[in-house]
Order: sequence, then structure tokens, then C-alpha cells
Amino acid sequence: MPYSLREDEKLEEKVNIDIIKRLLKYLKPYKKEVAIVLLLVGIVMAVELANPYFLKITIDRYIKDKDTRGLISIGVLLLILNLVSALCARARIIRMSSVTNRILLDIRQDLYNHIQRLSLSFFDERPVGKILARVIGDVNSLHNLFTMSITNLIPDIAMIIATSVIMFSLNAKLALVALSTLPVLVITLFSIQIISRKRWQVVRKKNSTLNAFTHENFSGIRVIKYFTAERYRFNIFNELAWDLRSAFVRAVRINDLFWPMVDFSWGLGTVITFYFGVRMINSGNITVGLLVAFTNYIAMFWRPITDLSNLFNNLVTSMASAERIFEILDINPQIIERDNAIDVEIKGGVEFRNVSFSYDGEKKVLDNVSFKVNPGEKVALVGHTGAGKTTIINLICRFYDAQEGEVLIDGINIKDIKLECLRRQIGVMLQDTFLFSGSILDNIKYGRLDANDEEVVQIARWVYAHSFISSLEKGYDTDIRERGLRLSTGQRQLVSLARTLIADPKILILDEATASVDTSTERLLQKGISKLLEGRTAFIIAHRLSTIQSSDKILVVENGKIVEMGKHDELMEKKGIYYTMFMSQFRYWEDKEKNLVS
Amino acid sequence: MDLESLRRGIRKNLVFFVLSILFSILALSLDMFNPRIVQEIIDGVIIGGRMEDLSRLLLFLSIITLSRVLLGYGRGYFMDLGGSALASDIRVDLLKHLQTLPLSFFDQINTGELMSRIKEDIDNVWFTFGFALMFFVEQVFYFIIAGIILFGINRELTLLIVLLLPIIGYIAYKLEVRIDKVYGEISDQGVRLNTTAQEDIAGIRVVKSFGRERHEIEKFFRENHRNYELNVKQAKTLASYGPWMDFLTNISIAIAITIGGLFVIRETMSVGTLVAFSTYVSMLVWPMRMLGWLINALSQCRASLKKIDRFFKEKPEREVIGNPVMLKEIRGNVSFRDVSFKYKDEYVLKNINFELKEGKTLAIMGTTGSGKTTLINLIGRFYEPWEGEILLDGVDIKNISLEVLRSAISYVPQDVFLFSDTVLENIRLGSQVPEEEIIKALETARAYNFVMNLPEGLDTIVGERGLGLSGGQKQRLSIARALVRRARILILDDVTSSLDMETEHYVQRAIEKHYGDFTKIIIAHRVSAVKNADEIIILENGEIVERGTHQELLALRGRYFDIYQEQYGKYILDFEEEMV
Repeated sequence: MPYSLREDEKLEEKVNIDIIKRLLKYLKPYKKEVAIVLLLVGIVMAVELANPYFLKITIDRYIKDKDTRGLISIGVLLLILNLVSALCARARIIRMSSVTNRILLDIRQDLYNHIQRLSLSFFDERPVGKILARVIGDVNSLHNLFTMSITNLIPDIAMIIATSVIMFSLNAKLALVALSTLPVLVITLFSIQIISRKRWQVVRKKNSTLNAFTHENFSGIRVIKYFTAERYRFNIFNELAWDLRSAFVRAVRINDLFWPMVDFSWGLGTVITFYFGVRMINSGNITVGLLVAFTNYIAMFWRPITDLSNLFNNLVTSMASAERIFEILDINPQIIERDNAIDVEIKGGVEFRNVSFSYDGEKKVLDNVSFKVNPGEKVALVGHTGAGKTTIINLICRFYDAQEGEVLIDGINIKDIKLECLRRQIGVMLQDTFLFSGSILDNIKYGRLDANDEEVVQIARWVYAHSFISSLEKGYDTDIRERGLRLSTGQRQLVSLARTLIADPKILILDEATASVDTSTERLLQKGISKLLEGRTAFIIAHRLSTIQSSDKILVVENGKIVEMGKHDELMEKKGIYYTMFMSQFRYWEDKEKNLVS
Repeated sequence: MDLESLRRGIRKNLVFFVLSILFSILALSLDMFNPRIVQEIIDGVIIGGRMEDLSRLLLFLSIITLSRVLLGYGRGYFMDLGGSALASDIRVDLLKHLQTLPLSFFDQINTGELMSRIKEDIDNVWFTFGFALMFFVEQVFYFIIAGIILFGINRELTLLIVLLLPIIGYIAYKLEVRIDKVYGEISDQGVRLNTTAQEDIAGIRVVKSFGRERHEIEKFFRENHRNYELNVKQAKTLASYGPWMDFLTNISIAIAITIGGLFVIRETMSVGTLVAFSTYVSMLVWPMRMLGWLINALSQCRASLKKIDRFFKEKPEREVIGNPVMLKEIRGNVSFRDVSFKYKDEYVLKNINFELKEGKTLAIMGTTGSGKTTLINLIGRFYEPWEGEILLDGVDIKNISLEVLRSAISYVPQDVFLFSDTVLENIRLGSQVPEEEIIKALETARAYNFVMNLPEGLDTIVGERGLGLSGGQKQRLSIARALVRRARILILDDVTSSLDMETEHYVQRAIEKHYGDFTKIIIAHRVSAVKNADEIIILENGEIVERGTHQELLALRGRYFDIYQEQYGKYILDFEEEMV
């Protein structure tokens, strides 16, 4: 669902048992480690729980009996216990983090590897930012889920159970009294969380909208300045910023009740405990030390409860991240390599046999297309935008599989050839040049990772990129920056052409490869192009006639069909669609031609 | 650092901050009574047997609790109100300022950096002013009051505990410093991880067409693994300080109770006092544990403020240089007189001269990097010329206000950018344009039919987050966007290279027909796009090397002739020579 940046993206969050099961699977290989961590957590907790108990003994026994030695020995014991606890805590933190981070490493890598295998249609449907959010943001959010579950959720629950067991065994009546405010508190806290959760969701949405808007504002700053739209954009920004703030205030209005409510029940619980406790002391049922210890246990009891209700929110959010991650992992790649796929040395013959194709399963983009190209032939694809030229190319590279008919290379069905083998021997130069950040050298080498520097220079000379590259301050080591911003479009195209050619492909596909190269460079390129194309089958989509005229075969594509096929002269004679298209470029002379003819 | 914006924001929201601090201090003061009351209950009621005092004491305790709850809510809420308002105010100020900066500023900076200023750095300020600073005030208050009370109860014991405090504080500080360093590394690594993935996904076609998936996976794995190592390192750092802090905290309370117990045995202290004492000790220790965290938060905020301030100090574009001249009506005569432009000591444009009369067309051709785009950017004063002057209707453009000047020009830039918004909004960009103007522009740009075939026509959302359009479709919307403004000067920067020949031809003729009275400047590579221009200039290394009409330039048999021959081939050349 497309949406503008003035509206928010839809977000859904819920807890799902299947997802929990799948997540637990990732924990399985680390069962032993997890058990050790839990044991360590247990020890630390036990010491923590023991502290108030020792306080009770101190007050009730040693101080009352004036036992100095006992008092000091219990002090020493506390010292030792806490030392052990500190050591255990240390070990726990280290072990835990190595387990959770290891799992994270696995999940992220799994996800990334999976995405690499997905077909282009997956990428066509999603903006880069969205895929990125899965790989980075959502996996990070899982990190929280794992860390919190192991370090907080489990110990918290254990703590609640342990403190209540201790309190009840110390004195059941007092325990009941002390915990009397609990049900009210739990209900209140969870309702605060539930209400505020919805409001926080709104805050998050508003926040991401504002960010996306700001990001676009700076990516498109040129357009904004060219069209003096500063004020217009600023007004929208101001509105979005205000929306975010209002959403935030709405959320905190409820959320800020949280701690005061905890404080309230705690305070009230203490008052009640004292009220009954004092009476019980008077009637000789309990000791002073016990009452003091009890107030400490109550404190210990409250903390995990507040933790849990806080955790609840985080868990739900992280669960949504997990769901989104699994959603991607569940998408099957459409292009699958057959088990018996072979490695072949491609000569360059390409054949389409009754190929039909549709991106969405409804509208046919290619309709029963058949043609045959011999190795070494130069083929020009001509036709209007959207006629199906790029689709033909996508099928030759097997970025998509045809629904009907078959695509053959040297007589072998394309599906029987190993994908990597196929693509290694086909060089594609796309209309939209994409260069990676890093040096020009590295970018050209991307075509053949083991190419040496001389080969790179040689190729750059061939495509007439050498002169501009060497005129740069750092020559081939010039950093191209993100998306090649420092180079002009034409220069980027030349670098990209060098990258394609260094791989020495048997089949070369040029999709508007040099549209933005200026004419004098293009002219040079043309002179050298016959050398570049030597021994390769070439498919060329171009708008320039000079390129088209000199090709061995011209395929005229219209509405997904091949309507004309042949050499330039043949097609001109035919006076069909190609003729009309060709002449449209010369309409300037058309009238004069008519005069001349008449 | 003179952060006018921060100061203004604080002043504007001062009432929230003051109220919050006031509530906080009141709540804390009440808090201090708690251990005293408990002490009273133990010593007076339980041990002393004065049962009649219990109800009174418990009533006190209840009142304190209740007031603390109310005050606590007020404190939190006002703090959030103040913090969010402050952050929002600074953010709005910053964006407003950034939009006034010249393009040269944006040339040097990437969007990621701008984003982190406007997002993370301002969030840091928010966090500090809306939370950390308040917390700091509270902790100091806590510490001082608890210290004083403790001293009042038992001087020797307090001194003993106070000796432990610097150690806890030091460990806490040390932890923050180390953790902060690792955290910095992690966040740098996060950026690398992100960039690696982003490049791969953005360039997935390239990756796939070279069959480089495995290479990309390995590349990502290296970054992913480094990320893992750093996270483990962070945990190790945490592990080497955190538990010791807990240890010292627990021990200081244990010491207080053990030694305090000795006092009780010697009957120099009551049991109630001992209990109260241990509570005050934990109040004293807690701020120490937070010390490192606080120092860190404050220094991070300082660093963020510095970065934000650097942006605020950037000079905005100058509205008018020299004496402002009011133009009643802009006709669209453009002239360049000896204009030169330098970028980093290198001439990008040298001695450019031309006179372009209203309604006429100037075409510019030239190799990549010859200065064509720079030249047209000078007209809207997106950059200021180094030497020479540019005149609009005879007035130096320096003397014309930016808004007037720029609204006289419509650009169709080389790189098309569409916002994630509806087609309509993308074309209007905030200006009020009647519907028929929009339709006319769309028709001229040959975009009307495809727009009407979009799922929701003009209201279809396009751009990064919307419906994917082809390069040619985007280009046509970009042309329509420029046309609807009806500015006197229309600049087309290499717009037709992603259009096929027929569309190019159509658009050219349509512009001529419907917007023929505009002054036009066209940058192009194709002869077909420039041949009808009133003057064609050929740029090379920032200088004009050839100029004239199509016929004149052909007769010259120079560079233009070469280009022409190359593009039209022998066929048509013979044909035309026959005609001539």
C-alpha cells in the first residue's frame, strides 16, 4: 500500500505463539549455556534474597542477645556471599551476552543470505529502506527480546515466586496483609500499559513519518530550492513536529501515572504492614527483625512486578519485529537453481521460443515472443517505453522466469544452467547506473574480482574513461561516495561500462548504456565499440540511431510482441513501424522531403 | 557556544521546568521523613510500647505517600511537557535554518549527517533537559540531605560509609567512560553494517547481474561478525565494573548494619535508628552509582549541542547583495557578462558571455563536466559567480531578492526527484495552480495519459514510498512540474535523455506551441533537441568554444558538425547536403 509522507504507516503488534516457538528454536543449540546462565542468575538472586533475612537474624538474635562475635561473623558472611554473587553476576553477563549476540549474528546472517537469494520482484515491490529496517532495526529489536527474556523475564518471575514463598513461610498472615494491595496495583499497572501502548504506537508512527519526511526534504533539497518551496515544506514539517509532540504528550499523560501508582501501592502496603505488624509484635506473634525484613521483602517483591509490566510492552514490540523477520524468511525465491544444473562455457546463441511473461500474473508484458540470435550477432531492441524491451533482457539474465515458452542459450534451456555460471558470462549495463561507494578501481574490479590494476586501466582506456579518471586528484583511487555523487551521470555510465566489460562477458546487454555520455565521448566510444563487441553477442537498447543502424538485427517490440525483425535497410524498405519511428526523428526535414519528392 | 535557539526554547518552556523541579524537591523532602517515621514506630511504638502513637504515625506515612504520588506525577508530566516542547522548538528552528542555507552547503554534506543532527542530537538535548538534568538536581539534593541526616544520627559511622563513596563513584565513572567508548565503536559499526546492507540492496540488480551474491554475503558477514565482537566486548566491560558496584553498595549497607549493630549492643544507638540509618545509607550510595551515567549524559549533550550549533552558525543565502531593486514585471532577458566561476581554485566557468532575449531559446552543449549545470545554477543565484555579472532584464541579479528571482525561473533538473506524495502535490509543490493549468502542463509533457491511467489518477502517491514509475515517466512529471509555474524563464537540464525519440520530439513541439513565449535554456546532448534554438553554445572546460545557430555551426565544420554527423549518420547528411 503506497502512502504519502503526510500520513503514517500502519503498524500492527500482537503476540503470537508460533513466533515464540520459532524463536526458541534459535536458542536450542545453546541449551547448556542457557542453563548455566540461569543457574548463575539463581545464585545472584539467592544472595539478594538472603540479605534481608540476615538483617532479621542480626536484629532478632545477635543484637538482642548482645552477641558481638556473632554479629561480626554474620557481617563477614555477608561480605563473602556478596563477593560470590558479584563473581557470578560477572560470569552471567559475559556468558549471556555471548549467547544472545551469537543468536543475533545467526538470525541476521540467515536473513541476509535469504534476501540475497530472493528474486528481483521482491526488491521491486519494496523500497530499500524497508528491507533495511528488517535486517538492521528488527534484528536489533530481537536482541532486546532475547536479553530481556533471559536477564529479566525469567529472574523476575522467579523473584516474585521466591519472595512470596519466603514471606509466606516467615509469616503467612503478615504476608497476606503485606500483599493486599497487589491485585489493585497489578490491574492498574497493566491497564496503564495497555492504554499507553496504543498511544506510544502513535508516537512511533509519527516519529517515523517525521524522520522520513525530513530525510526526503534533504534528499530533494535541490528541487525545493529550485521551486522556492521552502515555506511549503517547512509548514508541513512544522505540522508533523507538532503532531509528534501532541502524540507524545498524550502518551505520557497516561504513562507518567505508572511510577506514582507503584509508589502509591508500595507506600500503602507498607502502612498496612506496619499497622498489623505492630499489633502482631505486641501479641508476641512476630519479632521486630521479622517486621523489618518483611518491609525489605515487600520492596523486592514490587520491583519485578513493575519490571514485568514494563517488559510487556517491549515484548509485544519485539514480537512484531520477529514476525516481520519471519515473514521475509518465509518468502520463497522464485528463481530456483535446479539440482542438476550444469556449468557451461557460453558461446552466445540466444533463442526465445514462444515466450510469454507477466509481472503480476494479469497483464502480459511479453506475448508469444520468438526469435533467434546467433553467437556474435549485434541485436538492437527498438520500441516505445513500456513495450517490453527491458523484460526481454530480464529474461535472458534469468532475473525472472517466463510463465510460458522457453529461453535457450546455445540450445540449452536457461533453467538447466547454474545461475552464477549464467550471470557471470552475461554482462548487463543498466539504464540506471549504480556504483558502490569505494574507489573507482574497486568499482571496476567488481566485474572481475581477481582483475589486476593494469587490466582495469586497459579496460578504462577502451571505454574512454581513462582520461577523466586520471584527471581526478586521486585517479583510480578516487572515492566514488555513495551512489557516485561526485561523478556526472555520463562518467558514471563509463565506469559502469568498464565494470561490465572487465568480466569479459560472452553476451553483452546494453540498456540505454550511454544515454548520458556526452556526444564526443560517445563518438569515441562508437569508434571503439566494434572492438568492444568483438566476439560477443550484444543486445542493445538505445535511442540513438547511429547505434541502431549498424546492428546485425533489429527487433521492433510493441505491446509485448515482436512486430518487425531485420536489418536497418530491410526495415526501412518495408516502410512499417520502424520506418515511422526512424523518420520521426527527422520530422524537421519531413516537409522538405515531401516537397523534394513531389 | 551561543545557542540562541536553545536559550529561547528554555525561556519559552521555563514554567514547565521550574514546576517540575519544584515538585521534585517537595517530593524528595517528604521522602526524607519516611525512615524517621519507621524509626519512631520501632523505637517508640514497638519497643517503647506507646501504642497510641501508631495511628498518628501511620497517618503521617499515608499523607506523605499520597502527596508524593501527586507530586511525582506532576514532576514527571511537567518534565515531559518541557522536554518535548524544547526538542520540538529546536528541531523546527534547525530545519527552518537549514532550508535557508546555500546549495554549496548541501554539496558537502550527506543526508545521513543532517539526519543525525536533527534526530539523534536533538533527542540527546531532549533527554538531558527533559530527564538527566532533572535527575541530576534530584540526586544532588538526595545526597546532601541524606548526608546531613546521617551525620546527625551518627558521625563515626557516617564517616566510615562516606569513605566507600568515592570508590563507588570512581568505578561508576570509569564504567561509563569505557562503555561509552565501546558504545561509540558499536554505533560506528552499526553505521557500517547499515551501509553495507543498504548498498547491496540498492544495487541488487548489479549484484545479481554479476552473480556476486556470495561476495556480498561474505562482505556482510565480516561486518556482522565485527558487530558481534563489539557487542560481546561491551558486555565484558559491563561485567568488569557493574557487579563490583553492586557489591560495594550491598557491602556498605552490611557494614552499616554490622557496625551499627555493635553500637546498639553497646546501647549507644536504638534499633529503630539502626533501621533508619541503613535506609539513609542506601539513599546516600545511590546517587554515587548514577554519577558516571550522569556525567556521561551531560557530556554527550554538550557534544550534541556543539554539533547543532555548528549548523546554526552556517551562513544562510543572502537575500539581496547590494541595493535591492524591485522589478515590477519580469520579462525574461538574461545576459551573462564575463562570468567566471571557481570551485576550489579551479575554473569551472571562464568568461561566459551571452545575451538571451525574452522568448528566445539558448541551447548549451558540451562534454560531461564542462560546466553546463553550473552555468544554469548561477542564474538562480544558487551559487554566486566569482567574477562578472549576470543580468535579468538589465538588473544585476545580486540586487534582486532571491524569492523574486527564483520564482521567475523554472528548472527541470537532470536528476529527477519526486517526493513521496501525490502526483498533484508533486506538481504543485505548495503553489496554488488552477486545475486546467495542471492538465495543460501534463499534456505538454506527454504525461496526461499515463497519469490518468494510474490507479488514482492525480491523487496517486508516487516517490520512494509510492507507486514505482519508470525513469521516463518521472522525467515527464518533472517537466510538468516546471511548466505549471509559468515562470518567464524555463531551464531544461538534459531532460530528454530518458525519453524516447518520439516523446522527445512531441514534448519539444508541445512546449514550443503552448509555452513559446518563455525564455528557454536547454542543455542537451542530442542535436535534435537543440537545432531549433536561437543560439547554440558549445562549452568545453568551462569556456565557450563554438557558438551560433544550427546552420552557422554546421557551416563551421567544427565540433558541432562532428557531433551532428555522428548522431545522424552518413545517410541524412548526404540527404541534407543535397537539399542545401
